Amino acid sequence: MRRNGPLALIFHTIFVIVMVAPILVVCLVAFTPEGFLSLPTNGFSLRWFRAIGNYPEFIHAFWVSLGLGALSSFVALLFAVPAALAIARYRFRGRDALAALFLSPLMIPHVVLGIAFLRFFTSAGLGGSFAALIIAHVIIVFPFALRLTLAAATGMDRTVEMAAVSLGAGGWTLFRRVTLPLILPGVISGWALAFIQSFDDLTMTVFLAAPGTETLPVRMFLYIQDNIDPLVTSVSACVIAITMTALILLDRFYGLDRVLAGKGDTGR
Amino acid sequence: MAFLELEGVAKQFGAQTVVEDFSLSVGKGEFISFLGPSGCGKTTTLQMIAGFLDPTRGAIRLEDKDLTAIHPAKRGLGIVFQSYALFPHMTAAENVAFGLEMRKVSRADRAERVRAALAMVGLAGYEDRHPRRMSGGQQQRVALARALVIKPSVLLLDEPLSNLDAKLREEMQIELRQIQRTIGTTTILVTHDQNEAMSLSDRIVVMSQGKIEQIGTPQQTYEKPASAFVSQFLGKTNDFAGTIDRIATPARLVAGSWSAPAPAGLSGPVTVSIRPERIGFGDAGLGAKIVTRIFQGNHWLFQCESECGSAIVIRQNDGQPQPTEGAAVHLNWRPEDMSVRARTVA
Amino acid sequence: MSTVADERNARAPWVLSAPALMLFVGVLLIPLAMTVMLSFHDWGQYKGIEPVFILKNWKEIATDPYYAEMFWRTFRIAILTTLLTAALGAPEAYILNRMDGRWKSIFLLVILGPLLISVVARTLGWALLFGGNNGLVNKLLMSAGVIRSPIPFMFTETGMVVALAHVMMPFMVLSVWAALQRLDPQIENAAMSLGAGPITIIRRIIMPQIMPGVLSGAIIVFSLSASAFATPAIIGGRRLKVAATLAYDEFLNTLNWPLGAAVATLLLVALVLIVVGSNALIERRYVEVFR
Ligand SMILES: Nc1ncnc2c1ncn2[C@@H]1O[C@H](COP(=O)(O)OP(=O)(O)O)[C@@H](O)[C@H]1O
Ligand SMILES: [Mg+2]
Repeated sequence: MRRNGPLALIFHTIFVIVMVAPILVVCLVAFTPEGFLSLPTNGFSLRWFRAIGNYPEFIHAFWVSLGLGALSSFVALLFAVPAALAIARYRFRGRDALAALFLSPLMIPHVVLGIAFLRFFTSAGLGGSFAALIIAHVIIVFPFALRLTLAAATGMDRTVEMAAVSLGAGGWTLFRRVTLPLILPGVISGWALAFIQSFDDLTMTVFLAAPGTETLPVRMFLYIQDNIDPLVTSVSACVIAITMTALILLDRFYGLDRVLAGKGDTGR
Repeated sequence: MAFLELEGVAKQFGAQTVVEDFSLSVGKGEFISFLGPSGCGKTTTLQMIAGFLDPTRGAIRLEDKDLTAIHPAKRGLGIVFQSYALFPHMTAAENVAFGLEMRKVSRADRAERVRAALAMVGLAGYEDRHPRRMSGGQQQRVALARALVIKPSVLLLDEPLSNLDAKLREEMQIELRQIQRTIGTTTILVTHDQNEAMSLSDRIVVMSQGKIEQIGTPQQTYEKPASAFVSQFLGKTNDFAGTIDRIATPARLVAGSWSAPAPAGLSGPVTVSIRPERIGFGDAGLGAKIVTRIFQGNHWLFQCESECGSAIVIRQNDGQPQPTEGAAVHLNWRPEDMSVRARTVA
Repeated sequence: MSTVADERNARAPWVLSAPALMLFVGVLLIPLAMTVMLSFHDWGQYKGIEPVFILKNWKEIATDPYYAEMFWRTFRIAILTTLLTAALGAPEAYILNRMDGRWKSIFLLVILGPLLISVVARTLGWALLFGGNNGLVNKLLMSAGVIRSPIPFMFTETGMVVALAHVMMPFMVLSVWAALQRLDPQIENAAMSLGAGPITIIRRIIMPQIMPGVLSGAIIVFSLSASAFATPAIIGGRRLKVAATLAYDEFLNTLNWPLGAAVATLLLVALVLIVVGSNALIERRYVEVFR
C-alpha cells in the first residue's frame, strides 16, 4: 500500500479539524464564566454546569430519552428478530416487498412521520403520551434493528442448527439455546444502533412530545428557540461526554467497529 | 437383514433432479461411504436420512420403521458436518452434553458420559475449552464425541475430514476407523476422496450426477469398476479401445498388438480398463513409446504414447533399471487384472 | 420458532413476520394514509379542521410562488450539500484507507463519531462558530486572506449548506469507505506495474470502482438533507424556511394541519420519486460493479 503525499495529509488535517471544530467549540463555550455565549478567554468556570441543576426539566428530559431509547429499541427487536429470521431463511412470494416495507422508515422523512404520528395519536386519544412516543420510536428504529439482525441471521452457519436438531433440540429450546446465542452479536449491535437513532431523534419527536414527555434533543431545541445563553452548551457538553464514555466502554467490551462499521453501510 | 434401508429415494429441487432412484440397504454395524465428485448429491442423500430434507419420492426405513415420518429431532441419528457445526458459545463439554440434556439425562450421568466421550476421542482435559480456541482436528473430535455420546443408531459423517491437512487427515482416518470398530455404530460417510472411502469403508456407494454407479467393497469397486466413471474416479486408469474377435478360434480380445483369450459374453468393440500399476514392460504386447518419465520416490510414473492412445504406467522403485524417455516398449498385463466393457462406437 | 426442517412450510415466514407486519400496517401505513387524507381537508382560523374533500391546500401550494420558492430552496440546499460532501468526503475516505492500521481506526472514529452526537449539539457548534459577522470562521478566513469582508453565515443558505455538510459527512465517508473495502488491495500495484501514474490510477482505476459508493452515499445525503429539520431550523432561523421547517410551523404554530400535511405529502412523494429513480439509474449503470 502506498503512502499519502503531503498534499493529502494537509487536506486530511483540515478535514479533521473542521469535523471536530463545532463539537470542540460547544465544549469550550460551556466553560465560559460570562453570562453570554463566548469563548472562555477570562478563565474557566463551571457555573453553567451548576446551572443545569436549576433546570430539572433537562435532567428529566435526559431520563425520558434514555428510557425511550432503551425501551423502544428492545420492543423493536421483539418484532424484528422473528421478521429477520423469516426474511433470512425463506424464499417466499412477497419477501422483497416485505423487506422493503420494513426498511421504509429509512426513506420517509422524519417530518412526515412526525406529522403522521401526531395526526394518528391525537385521533386515537394518545397525543403527547409516552406510549405514543414508544410506538413511534419503535417504527423509526425498526430498520436498524432489522438490518443487523438480518445480517447476523444470513451469515449464520445453518449446520450448527441442524446439529442441534439432530441432537434432539426443537422449537423454543432450539431458538433459546442455539439460534439466539448465535445471532446475539447482531442483535446487540442492532439494539445499540437503534438506541442511538432513538436517542438522537429530534425531527419526529418534536411533533409528539408534550411537557413531561420531552426528550433531551427536543428540550434543547425548544430552549435554543427562546434563549441564547451558555446553558445549552453545558448540557450539550454533558451529552457529548456521556456519548464518548459510552463509546469508549462499548469499544473496550464489544468493539466499536462491530457496532458501527460492522456491516459496511449501516448509516443508511 | 437390512438395518437401514433406502428404497427408490429421489430428490428434486424445482425441476432439477438431484438424487435419482437411490436404493441401498445397510447392515447393522456396517461402515458405508458415499463417494462421488462434488455436486453429485451425496449431502442431499445424507440430509434426507437425517431429515433436514424430505425425499420427493421413495422410502427410508430404520429397522423397518418409516424414518421419514419422524421429526429430525426425534430420529436419534448422530451427525458430523464438514464445518463441524460446533456451538461456538459453549465449551467442549457443554457441546457434548447438549444432546444428553435434550434427552433429560441426569446431571451426574451426563458428566460421566461427557467425560468418557471426550476421553474416547483423545480430548480428556479439554472440557472447558471453547471451540474457537481449538485446532481444526480438535474441533473435529469434539464434533465426533458430540454425535457419538447420544449412542446414535446411525452415525452420519458429511466430509468430516476435508478441512484438515493431509497428515492430520490420515491420522483421523485411522482413529475414526478404530472408534467405529470399537463401538460398532452403523456409519455412513460422505466423501469425495477415494482414498478415504477405500481405507475406511466396508462398502462404497459410488455416485455420479445423482445416480448410483456401483455399490461394492473397496476391492470390487477398484478392481472391477462397473462403469467408465467408476474406474476413472477411483484412481488413475487406462482405457484402451479393443475388439473381441469371435470368428477366430478360440475367440480373442485384441487391442493393438496386444491380445488375449476373449472373456465370455461380450463381442465386437469393447473398452479395456487397466490400472497403471498393473501394466508391465515386456518383449511383446501393446506397442508404445515413453514420452515422459517422472521419479516419485517409491515409484516411477511413465507417460506413454501407445497404439491405442496415451497410457500411464506406474512401476515400483525396486532398484532395477527402468526404460528411459523416448524408449520403445511393449506394454502387457494379466487378463485377470483388466476389466472389459462393451464400447459403443460413435 | 424454527426453521430447519420446514422448507415446505409456506406459512412459516408469514407467521414469523406477522407481528411486525401488523405493527407496520397499524401504525405506519394507516397514519401515512391519514396524513394524505388530511391534506385534502379544509381549515379555517376559527372553525379548525373540517373533514371534507377539497383541493384548496394543493391549489394554494401550486399557485402561491412562496411554496415553489421554498421547495426550490430545499432542493438547492440538498444538492449543494450533496456535492460538498462528495467532493470532500470521497477523497478523505481514500486518504483514510491508505493510512496505517492504528491511525486509520482513530481517524475513522473521529470522523464517524459525530454521527452519534446529537444533531442539535453539532448545529449549535456551527451557530457558535458562525456567530454573526465577527464569528470565528469569518475571523479565520479573513486572517488567512481567503476573504476580505465577512460572509454572513447565520440565517443564510451558505451557513445551512456548511452545517448540513458537516452533519451528513459521516454518511458519505462511510459509504465510500465501504466501496473502498471491496477494492483489491493489490489493484493499485497492478496498475502501477503497467505504467500508470498516480493521477491515472485515481482517475482510471479507483474512481470508477468507488463511484457506486459515492452515488449511494449521495442518495443518502440528498434525501436526509432535503428533509432535514434541526440544522435549517437553528441556522436558518424563522426567516429562511425549508420544507421540514415550514411543515413544522404550519402544524405547531399556525395550526393549519391540512396545509402542513400537503407540504409533507409533497415532500415525501418528491423524495421517494427522486430516490427510487436515481437508485434504479445507478443500479442499471453499475450492475457489474454491484455484483
Ligand atoms: N436447497 C437446494 N436448492 C436447490 N439445489 C440444491 C439445493 N441443495 C443442493 N442443491 C443442488 O443439488 C446438487 C447436489 O448437491 P449436494 O448434495 O450438496 O452435492 P454433494 O454433497 O455431492 O457435493 C448440486 O447441484 C446442488 O447445486
Ligand atoms: Mg456435500
